[in-house]
Amino acid sequence: MKTPISSIVLVLFGSFIGSFGAVFLKLGAEHMQGSLKRILNNYWLAVGVILYLLSSVFYMMGVAQGQLTVLYPMVSIGYIWAIVWARLFFKEPFTRAKMGGLLAIIVGVALINLGNA
Amino acid sequence: MIATTVSETALDSGAAARRSFLLVFWCTVIGALAQILVKQGTSQMGEHHLHLTLGQVARNPELFVQFSLGMMTNVKLFIGYCLYGVNTFLMALALKGRELSRLYPIIALTYVWVTILSLFVLPDEHLNFFRTAGIVFIVGGVSILGLKK
Repeated sequence: MKTPISSIVLVLFGSFIGSFGAVFLKLGAEHMQGSLKRILNNYWLAVGVILYLLSSVFYMMGVAQGQLTVLYPMVSIGYIWAIVWARLFFKEPFTRAKMGGLLAIIVGVALINLGNA
Repeated sequence: MIATTVSETALDSGAAARRSFLLVFWCTVIGALAQILVKQGTSQMGEHHLHLTLGQVARNPELFVQFSLGMMTNVKLFIGYCLYGVNTFLMALALKGRELSRLYPIIALTYVWVTILSLFVLPDEHLNFFRTAGIVFIVGGVSILGLKK
């Protein structure tokens, strides 16, 4: 079973959008204060949630066709985007621990999906 | 309880870091439950929903709306997505005042729980070399992100 390019593009796009969801969640978290009313009025959080929902729709359309062993590990590419955005937008430095931890996680996700094949 | 978690964040960074890590940890457990529910819900949705392609959507954009609505009206999908909602809220609590780049990749622990939960939930699942190695790598990576300065 071959994995169509369209599935790969959908999953990569989904993980790209999802990483922005994380950025807006972080922005929302920094503006978050106690009461429920203020949380519901927090537009950053709302944008984050909408981006997450959008990414999950693209993602579900993507994994409908093609090999999950190929597609699932691509979701973890979203973690790489998130680290890049965190540096750009929140001045969070790249550190050896983050690189090492992220690399191990991506290898681990790929291995688990090899085991699912 | 949650309110104190937020207000104390700035005061004690060591304890706050541990709390954020634990919050994300629970997010991964809830996320795994949500994922299994969503998977079961998706298989109830039937063929025409599962095999929606980009080409079909380009020809008939209405399919995209139907696909999204179908996701919302299935009970297991609904509960699954509610759990994702709880998750998102917990994740936001965890992220306040902490590093996104350190906490976000920890979500990969979800893969570990799904693999382990599947052993109990699904009849023919078993651990093999790749799955075990994958679990070791993810737990190792998450430990580095969670523990290293």
